[in-house]
Amino acid sequence: MSNGNSKSAKKAPVWQGAFILAALAAFCTVLVAVTHSYTAPLIHANEQAYLEQSLKPVLGGIEYETELSRSVLNVPIPHELPGSEAAVIYRIYADGMPAAALFIVSARDGFSGPIKLLIGVKIDGSITAVRILLHKETPGLGDMIVSSKSDWLQQFESTSLTSPIEASWKIKRDGGEFDQLTGASVTPRAVIKAVKETLIYFDSNRDFVFSAIENVAEELE
Amino acid sequence: MTRQTDFKTRLRAGLWTVNPGLVQILGICPLLAVTTTLVNGLGLGIATLFVLTFSNMLVSATRHFIRPEIRIPMYVLIISSLVTCIELLFYAWFPGLGRTLGIFLPLIVTNCAIVARAEVYASKNPVGASIMDGFSMGAGFALLLCALGAFRELIGYGTIFSGFDMLFGGEPSPGIVLVDGGFLLAILPPGAFIGLALAIAAKNAIDRRRRVPHKGSTGVRVDAP
Repeated sequence: MSNGNSKSAKKAPVWQGAFILAALAAFCTVLVAVTHSYTAPLIHANEQAYLEQSLKPVLGGIEYETELSRSVLNVPIPHELPGSEAAVIYRIYADGMPAAALFIVSARDGFSGPIKLLIGVKIDGSITAVRILLHKETPGLGDMIVSSKSDWLQQFESTSLTSPIEASWKIKRDGGEFDQLTGASVTPRAVIKAVKETLIYFDSNRDFVFSAIENVAEELE
Repeated sequence: MTRQTDFKTRLRAGLWTVNPGLVQILGICPLLAVTTTLVNGLGLGIATLFVLTFSNMLVSATRHFIRPEIRIPMYVLIISSLVTCIELLFYAWFPGLGRTLGIFLPLIVTNCAIVARAEVYASKNPVGASIMDGFSMGAGFALLLCALGAFRELIGYGTIFSGFDMLFGGEPSPGIVLVDGGFLLAILPPGAFIGLALAIAAKNAIDRRRRVPHKGSTGVRVDAP
């Protein structure tokens, strides 16, 4: 778009353009900074509320004491939990004693991309509940695992590594104890495997999970 | 031209004659991707409307400083900082919708419709007219998003207004369930293309029918500077 300005612009010194751009950049920075300082507390509060709200279903009615975001333990890769990214564990204490651990892990072998899971495990190794946080499974088939679409996830409640026995942590089609979904067996297989691996991890790392200090898991390992 | 008729012309242009989505076919990446429900479409529509209005305002206000050789960086600066602000405000006010729209909020930056209006209109017209233009174009885009969202939601899920709470608060809502289950294709990517194609075809059909009786009625050319 060259209009009448282009001639006079060529004559004008280069620094003028630079100055205009710098001034505009400064103005835009102020605009973003002001918006950020106004929204930051609101966004933080929203995230807290969302975290509490999304962790609630897997708490199984356990009363907890500390703020959930304070009890977080980030486990960097490599770890023995399912998923190829850092896992997150929320430690839940009741009456000063460890009561449960909530795991955010991902099942890698879903139909399309990782399935992010939230798994609540009581201190005795039994599951309170499992929820899907994020997935890209096919709508209508694989996405029936989501708790709002079917009660498939409910069958995990109060299961553990001993009930059913470890060998039965499969879908029924593969000789296990868990229901499959019509038209989708890849997704249930992936979820069951991830839940099982989480239970195995918790079983052998229970002390570490509750003794590790926030975010320093790396050094302790 | 009085102010009022000017606004009417702008609005007509944005909503119909040069609608960014239906006629200019701009910004169809977010348009096709998020319109799985009416509420999603409405949310992204409102965000785009705001960005377009304010970016037109800012570009127009600074148009005397704009030099041809630095105009693109200037547009980029203005549009990207506005989008960042809108994104922050969305996460503060409508966190649920922010999560659903996800990456498509920051991607408003790449919506060509916004740069196009800055270049074609706002950089050459006074602030008032540019605001009207931004608002009209944004409204046209938002309405198309809503229409497509409603169409796909109705056919794909058999509901309407699901996720209503994400915009207006209240309990999580499944919306008004009209039919149990739906025709899955409408929510999948092909449904988006088919829906947009039907909308464009419908618009062209209406235009053609109108043009027959009196020729001069579609003489509103807005792209011309």
